[in-house]
This record gives sequence, C-alpha cells and structure tokens, in this order.
Amino acid sequence: MDNTFITGKLKTRFPENILAVDEHSDMLTVVVAKEVIHEVIRFLKENESLGFTFLTTLCGIHYPDQELQLGVVYHMHRFSDNTRIRIKTFLPVGNPVVPTVTDLFSGANWMERETYDFYGILFEGHPNLKRILNVEYLDYFPMRKEYPLEDPTREDKDNRFFGR
Amino acid sequence: MNDNRYTTLNLGPTHPATHGIFQNVLTLDGERIIDTEQTIGYIHRAFEKIAERKSYYQITTLTDRMNYCSSPINNIGWQMAVEKLLGVRTTKRVDYMRIIVMELARITDHLICNSVIGVDSGALTGFVYVFQEREKVYEIYELLCGARLTTNVGRIGGFERDFTPEVIKKIYEFLDHLPKVLRQFEKLLLRNRIFMDRTLNVGPISAERAVNYGFSGPNLRAAGVDYDVRVTSPYSSYDDFDFTIPVGSQGDTYDRFCVRQEEVWQSLKLIRNALDNLPEGKYFVDVPEFYLPPKEDVYSKMEALIWHFKIVMGEIGAPVGEIYHSVEAGNGELGFYLVSDGGRAPYRLHFRRPCFIYYQALPEMIRGGVLSDAILTMSSMNVIAGELDG
Repeated sequence: MDNTFITGKLKTRFPENILAVDEHSDMLTVVVAKEVIHEVIRFLKENESLGFTFLTTLCGIHYPDQELQLGVVYHMHRFSDNTRIRIKTFLPVGNPVVPTVTDLFSGANWMERETYDFYGILFEGHPNLKRILNVEYLDYFPMRKEYPLEDPTREDKDNRFFGR
Repeated sequence: MNDNRYTTLNLGPTHPATHGIFQNVLTLDGERIIDTEQTIGYIHRAFEKIAERKSYYQITTLTDRMNYCSSPINNIGWQMAVEKLLGVRTTKRVDYMRIIVMELARITDHLICNSVIGVDSGALTGFVYVFQEREKVYEIYELLCGARLTTNVGRIGGFERDFTPEVIKKIYEFLDHLPKVLRQFEKLLLRNRIFMDRTLNVGPISAERAVNYGFSGPNLRAAGVDYDVRVTSPYSSYDDFDFTIPVGSQGDTYDRFCVRQEEVWQSLKLIRNALDNLPEGKYFVDVPEFYLPPKEDVYSKMEALIWHFKIVMGEIGAPVGEIYHSVEAGNGELGFYLVSDGGRAPYRLHFRRPCFIYYQALPEMIRGGVLSDAILTMSSMNVIAGELDG
C-alpha cells in the first residue's frame, strides 16, 4: 500500500487534525492532535481498506524544548502486505492526558502502563493504570529528560569531553 | 464474593516453576484458577535510560541481558538497527555469518523452552539430553567471541573476527549430531500419551486474540498466524534461503511445543545451507567510525589508533534520524525504535520486547483451568525474565 493512499485517507477523514506527515523516515510517520488519536487508531485498525490490525509498540518520548513536551509513539503493522506506520501525538507536560487504546488492542494494556511508569503520561479510561516495572512508591517519572543518569552536581567530569 | 471460598496463592517471585523472577498472585477455587494478577519488574535494569548515555557500540552489551537464552540475536539485531540508521550495507559474508550465529541462538532458545515444558510436565530426561547440545553451541560461541551466555558477539558493521576453521568444524559436528538427539527427544515427548494429555488444549489462545494481544514469534504461529519477520521483512539476506514457517492451529501448549520443535529443524537446515554456501569476502564492512579496528592495527597504524580512541571515548555522533528495526528473536518480533539527534548516544531507544507484550495474556489463557496446567502454559510461552523487565 503506498503512502499517498494512507495519508489521503487520513486527511479526508480528519481534515484538521493531521498535523504533519513525514515520508523521509523508514516508514510513514504521521503526527496527529491528541483529541483524535483514539479515532485515528480505530480508523487505521477498522477501516477495511487500511486494516492495521497489529499494534507493534507503544512508547513515550520527551522533548523538553518543545511546547508540547511529551509524546506518545504508536507503531502499527498491516500483515497482508507488510506495511508499517508510525503515529505520534504530543501532550503538554502539565496535563499529559491521552485516551487509552486498550479497548482496541488488549496488548496496549501493559505498554500504556510502562509509558505511564516512565513518562507519567495518563491514559484516560485505562482499566488498571499503575506502575509496572518500577516500585510503586517511586514519586517521579524516570525517563523524563530532567533526570540525568549521573549525579548532575558532579564536578570532576567535564561533560563537553564526553558528548551529552 | 465470599472470602472463605477462594484461596490466594503466591506463585513466585522465586518459585522454581516460573523459571525467572516474576510473581503471579492466583485466586483459586480449589484447584481451578479464578483469576491472577501478575507482578513484574523484579529485575528491571532501566536499559532504555542507560542507553541514553551509552555510545552505540556499548549498547550491544545491554541487549545481551534481555533474552539471555539467545543473546546473539539481540546483539546482532541491535547492530543491524544501528546499521540501518547509518545506512550501512553489509557484505554477503557478514549476512551469512550472522544467519548462522542467530539460528544457533534460536536453536538453543527453543531447546531450552521445549525441554522445560517436559520438565514441568514431569519428564526430566529429555531436558538432560538437549542441555548437553546447548553446551556445544556455547562452546561455539566461546570460540567466536570468548563468552558463553552474555555473548556481546559481533560489531556494528560485522564481526570482530572471522570464522576460524575450528568454528566451522564445530558447527558441522553440531549439525551432524543434533538431529540424533532431537529425534530421541521427540520420541520421548512428541507422541507420548501422557505428555499429549497434559498439553493438548492447555492454555489455548485464538488467532484473533493473539493478534489483538500483540503476540509474535512461535506463540503467534502456534495460534495459526504465519507471521515471521524473517520472511515478511527479510533482513541479513534471509531471502536467499528456502525454509518453511511452521504454523499451528489451536494455539495451545502442544502447538507451541510442536512449532518450536519444527523451527529447530528448519534452523538446522538454514545453518547448513548458509555454511555450505558461505561467500568469500570480508567479515566486516568499512565503517571506521563505529567498527573497532583490529588490535594489531591499533598498535601499528596511526589511523586505526585514532579511530580506536575516538570510538572508545565516544566522540562520534550518529546521523540524525528515526528508525524502527525488528528481527525475529527466539520469542518473536524484537524491535528497536531508535531516535537519534546526532549525539553520541541515542536520544531515545525503545526495545520492543516480545515477552513483555505477550505475557500479559496469561490471565486470559489460564483462567478456568487448573493450577498444574497454568505452570505448563507459562513455560510454553517461554517468558524470559530479563526480556520481560528490560
């Protein structure tokens, strides 16, 4: 299936909420507004001519310099002709709420819990949104960029010489 | 709910039948399972966070520790993901060598899983037979890279050293010997009435539910979906070879056992084909920015010394980009979602760990069954704690 067909379909169905389309990456990447993310995923899964029935991954990402800092990235797969698509949506860090897709994909349950655990993204309507890999009493979201791996007060090491 | 009616049983975190550190809190009515709640994360090591500070070649050692039953597949999968980001094309020799190593790893992975199903159903003998064979593969790893379990085999761009004649001899010996053991093993279990009674219709899942849960690998194929990354998106020249993808129909423990068993036979065929037709050429490609130069060159050539220094100090950035690369690991689609901002380390690296995704289906698969069947279902799904927790 070619990319123009998919983007055409999406743009017809969601004329105002497809924010960006990128075809230069290894697969078609579409950024959509968070208001319609659930509908977009449902459309991709259930529309007969699209049929992306496999949710490969769901994960978070954090860009501290953006206005909408937190992102959720969905990778979907259509088995019949091996087409993959990447859907992204971005959320403000003050109110990181996005609808769950567990009603469409049972497998999204733990993936969303993992994303919540590490990025603090709240999946509205999730049946059991609690930490999964970290301890329950952890009071921060460790994969956010403000938590560096090394002690930031360390003075004996000049980061300029060690990349990031 | 009458509290006195049900029993709560903690299966795990350190129960011998879980074969790893994770917990199931079972609610039982007599021996029937009403429900279960899983607790995982006991050996979570934050690989995704650590990876954001490690330079690319250092992340290979993190990937070993995910599915430690078949670490070479993780290593090579990661190296191929980086090569995809860099736009590097490997030589045929590298591809074939990779196929050989990865299929050896798949064999060990499946042998362990299948023999453990035997152990959990009360047949220890088969396990002892095939465990000896795994030892032989580990000896091959040792000759290849010096390590056994957490192999760290290969480099970005190829291998650190070529197959020596001894490695090739050992692999041929293994290929000649394993079928005998495998046939013995199959005689013990495959048509064994007791084993079949214990596994048929135990922990079944339909194809539709399996896809909905994001199953991949042997567990998905046992349910009847013929999805295999090696065929749908052939990497590392898998399309040069002719092999069959076994598919089950019921998605139960017996089908999972049979699918894995047949995959071992297919892997043997693949390895022999690749080894017989091993192309001449270099065992690595020219990516001086990422491929550590041979040690003798470092001591004698200026350029090699400079690259060695730059790589080890992590001074080299990767191109800006965003890729997803997946390989067919022992348990299914192992994916690497890699975002690079041009720095020396990934900006974001997410591992799609097949165990983590399919293990969440366990409650649905064991509900209504008896406790002893739940143990078998769990071992036939091949949940590896390292991959589960990441």
